[in-house]
Amino acid sequence: MRSKLTIRLITLLFFLMPFLSMAGGEKAAGTDLKSEIKAYIQHHLEDTYDFSLYSYTTDEGVHKYIGFPLPVILWDNGLRVFSSSKLHHGESVAQVDDAFYKLDHGKIYKTDADGTITYDESHHATNVKPLDFSITKNVFTIMMVAVLLLVVFSRMAKTYKSNSIPSGIGRILEPIVLYVRDDIAIPNIGKKHYKRYMSYLLTVFFFVWTINLLGLTPLGINVTNNIAVTFCLAILTYLITTFTAKKDYWMHIFWMPGVPKLMRLVLAPIELLGTFIKPFSLMIRLYANITAGHIVLMSLIGLMFIFKSWLGSSLSFMLAFALGILELLVAALQAYIFTMLSALYFGSAVEEHDHDHAH
Amino acid sequence: MEIPSIVGAGLIVIGAGVGIGRIGGSAMEAIARQPEASGKIQTAMLIAAALIEGIGFAALFAG
Repeated sequence: MRSKLTIRLITLLFFLMPFLSMAGGEKAAGTDLKSEIKAYIQHHLEDTYDFSLYSYTTDEGVHKYIGFPLPVILWDNGLRVFSSSKLHHGESVAQVDDAFYKLDHGKIYKTDADGTITYDESHHATNVKPLDFSITKNVFTIMMVAVLLLVVFSRMAKTYKSNSIPSGIGRILEPIVLYVRDDIAIPNIGKKHYKRYMSYLLTVFFFVWTINLLGLTPLGINVTNNIAVTFCLAILTYLITTFTAKKDYWMHIFWMPGVPKLMRLVLAPIELLGTFIKPFSLMIRLYANITAGHIVLMSLIGLMFIFKSWLGSSLSFMLAFALGILELLVAALQAYIFTMLSALYFGSAVEEHDHDHAH
Repeated sequence: MEIPSIVGAGLIVIGAGVGIGRIGGSAMEAIARQPEASGKIQTAMLIAAALIEGIGFAALFAG
């Protein structure tokens, strides 16, 4: 009964969300619409210090933000923690104890009391940048997703203790978990070693998928098009591959069997470089796919406001709708590809070769 | 004469597009010939397409 109510509430929320973000789009008529849309998209791709769903400008010219602030944590001769509402979205200077901070192009700089920010020739701020450990929108979202996955999966695991037939959310998730095991892990890693890697593969699959899907909701979340996030995911894959690798893996990199001696010397640096390129391509693929999807989707939505005719706008709406459905596929596909390639790399790390024959 | 880097990026994206198209086409033919192996073919197709796509995106961001 309770779960039904939750589902209804979530559904209602998702149906309401588009209207909220639509309202956000129709702001400030009169100014150059094209550059404004460009700035809007640029802003969407950046990480922010507060969780704002949308913003608008009142008739009096005051910017209003709907959302909630998040904590800012800076290390600047001591720990400084304050709410991001103090920064006022870069419109005023935040005073913390005896120091002043200002937001400029999405980054926090240390300033004087007037908030002057000096620029060099290439228009980069020259002010001191304190070490930033803030809970930004991305960090907040990652934490939320981590808690969500932990709750959902630990509850699901508990139901299997008493009954091997899945119940509740397990009925949807069990086939997916089995799919990751039977179609991603076992064929690529092999029956002997796959169990060690299952926890990582499942975590990465569901984490990337959930976050990609959240990026398609009008909450304006975009975690996987932050290259730092995909970098960390790729680094994890790299570290696991490197530290669980067996003798054969290293032998195939530094002293490739079955190849003439001179060739082995040539192959070793190439193979070594390959171990870095593999996680690098993982990082770029996820980041670029999601970023490109978001840019195209937002540009199409932006076109609606440029055309201002019912024909053009409805056309771009339909295009945006179709692309949105494609992005649903891409969200799952990228999670699948990331997991699949990770499994492939793990597989190559634990593979045991039969060296009686040359290959 | 200096050629803007975006032209190079465009060329690479054309190449990547042709590559992914060929992979898709060949996979279709293979599935038509052996429908019972469609699962394996799809997996291999996706991996190959993803690898090419990586290059395409790298070029796009460099350009």
